[in-house]
Amino acid sequence: MKPMDARSFPITPVAPASARTTKDAAFEYLTTRKDELIGWARKFSLFPYPFVTACCAMEFMAVSASPYDTDRFGAALPRFSPRQADLLMVVGTVTHKQAPILLKVYEQMCEPKWVMAFGVCASSGGFYQNYATLLGIDKIIPVDVYVPGCPPRPETVIDGIMQLQDKIARSRHPVVTERF
Amino acid sequence: MDTTTIANPIRTSLGRNAAEGSVIVNIGPSHPATHGTVQIVAELDGEKVLRTDVHCGYLHRGFEKECEDHTWHNLIPYVDRLNYVSPLINDFAYCDAVERLMAIEITPRCRYLRTLLSEYSRVVDHLTCVAAALMEMGAMTAFLYLVMVRDYMYEHLAALTGARVTHSYGRIGGLARDLPDGWLVRLEEILVQYEEFVARVHALVDRNRIFIDRLRSVGTITTAEALSLGCTGPLLRSTGAPIDLRKDAPYLAYAELDFDVPVGIQGDNYDRYYVRMREMDESVYMIRQLAQMLPAGPINVDDRRCTFPEKTLVYGQIESLINHFKLVMEGPSVPRGEVYCAHEAPNGELGFYLVSTGGGTPYKVHVRSPSFVHMGAASRMLDGGQLADIVPTFGSINMIGGECDR
Amino acid sequence: MAANDLGTLQRELVPAAGPASVSHGTIVLVLAPGELATTARRLRDEFGFDILLDVTAVDWPNDELRFEVVHHFYSTAHRVRVRLKTRVGAAEPVVDSLGALYGSAAYMERECHDMYGIVFRGNRDLRPILLYEGFEGHPLRKDYPKLREQPLVAYREG
Repeated sequence: MKPMDARSFPITPVAPASARTTKDAAFEYLTTRKDELIGWARKFSLFPYPFVTACCAMEFMAVSASPYDTDRFGAALPRFSPRQADLLMVVGTVTHKQAPILLKVYEQMCEPKWVMAFGVCASSGGFYQNYATLLGIDKIIPVDVYVPGCPPRPETVIDGIMQLQDKIARSRHPVVTERF
Repeated sequence: MDTTTIANPIRTSLGRNAAEGSVIVNIGPSHPATHGTVQIVAELDGEKVLRTDVHCGYLHRGFEKECEDHTWHNLIPYVDRLNYVSPLINDFAYCDAVERLMAIEITPRCRYLRTLLSEYSRVVDHLTCVAAALMEMGAMTAFLYLVMVRDYMYEHLAALTGARVTHSYGRIGGLARDLPDGWLVRLEEILVQYEEFVARVHALVDRNRIFIDRLRSVGTITTAEALSLGCTGPLLRSTGAPIDLRKDAPYLAYAELDFDVPVGIQGDNYDRYYVRMREMDESVYMIRQLAQMLPAGPINVDDRRCTFPEKTLVYGQIESLINHFKLVMEGPSVPRGEVYCAHEAPNGELGFYLVSTGGGTPYKVHVRSPSFVHMGAASRMLDGGQLADIVPTFGSINMIGGECDR
Repeated sequence: MAANDLGTLQRELVPAAGPASVSHGTIVLVLAPGELATTARRLRDEFGFDILLDVTAVDWPNDELRFEVVHHFYSTAHRVRVRLKTRVGAAEPVVDSLGALYGSAAYMERECHDMYGIVFRGNRDLRPILLYEGFEGHPLRKDYPKLREQPLVAYREG
């Protein structure tokens, strides 16, 4: 598995310098600056949807309150409607009974959206390797950042949020997508 | 993806016999106020709730099936995650059940320390319950005060056990380790801070008009109904019945402590809130008594059937090495038999029914979970109320998903 | 546990399938399945066992009567616990429901049905409570493999 590091995020290749005109280069410069601006805005105004199920909820409450405050990162205000949220934090074990609900909530969120697997149960099923548990939410939805721990300390969660912010800052932000 | 093809995991009973003009609304299971994982399908007539169909099971993680595959020791982390807001009580209730089967008598220091930590865990549980209930009604400040105290307690317990939330500190025959230096001094500091913050919360909400209007005479249940529905703990005590296992069938060191059992008047939400606040005060009083009463001595009973030998001996003596090896690989050998051992958890009677056929692995472990039984009682408290009352009533039941669904 | 409690219960209830015993502070009575409802009614009305604490089962696959259904009762007035055990076979795992006596029986019997497949005669609502619609089998039976998953949502590729 590739390390979750901003430098390992793939960058789309550009044409060689000799083939580009000044006009192409200027356009490239403007779109990069636009992406940086939108990335900056998006990363500091995350609206989490806390999809809370189990014990990790205790650390989620702790990380939202003082002294670990997610408000410092702009990610304080939870939005309990998937239509209004952009970060799906799956906090705790997702069982097979809960999986359809998770999928429905994910599908209802609008682009751009990111998913954080909070805790080992969301990442891989944790130590509940049996008939009842979905062994990792990435079996049904794509995950952007995995925060391990059972439950993770609030500092780990904040590290996860910061890594996600790096990822958002480095990604492309096309204004119009084919799904828009 | 076409969302209409996503499977529905439940079948509700409310479609039949629906009243004229009523609307069936689904609340949860992903909802800010259903404490994670409960789905309430409600039949509404305007804002009035006619009937509810409460569905739990969304956090069923197969705990009882896992138990049949692990040794008695390996189950301690699983048991922690049942009622994850008061994990130490789960640990100690489970270890007590196994110790009864093995006929092990824990040391006096362990007995007092387990009692102290059980009460400490009870305070943490009630803090979380009240904080969440108040936040769901909009009292954000009270939530922040209570969670601040809870955070001090988490860090303090992390200094003792190594983990903030799911401690896995109980061991069969004792505890994982003894108190570090200065732990009791810090304990007293935290209790003083607790009193200060709880006084502020009392000042904010106790006689607040909105709070009283929202909670008084809402979600009422009578003693007879509560007993029939299997309610125990603060739910039952809020109806006026002083039934508490710590007084009725004292275990650990409770027989030697001086404490009262707070009871409510009407069995409504306000009573449950107040019973929990008073229980926290009683627990703090008990903790202070226990901190004075802690005797010196070993923490773990000197019984090689369950206690791990010292590491220096494990590396030096072949007998200790083999003992350690067998305890880890096969588990402590528990004789044939069955036991039902119940402790007074913050939610009510938490019982472990263990069946052993000899050997290091259980044959069956069943948890008598107070939250699960209270889910059965929830409909009685929700029906007939208003839609907006579902949130505070549900919050006052303190359903913990890990314990309810196991 | 006072000795006369055990003696009284033994004398009054006269369980068919075996003598009463005390196990770690709980009085244990082994009954025939037909006696369960009447004994529970007498426990509640005559002896003051006002809380039905727990309904569960134990699977002994090598025995002819495979399932042992276990009920726990508590008397708040006398502070005594009682365990009732009955045996039923795999071919007809039917036991009377105590829903008419105790409201708590409803959910607990649903769970026992989910996990073991015990049918509670008289409980009209035995929908899955811990499991979900479409789950086949009863997981806590000894012949259900722990890792057999029955996912409701198809997995993604990759």
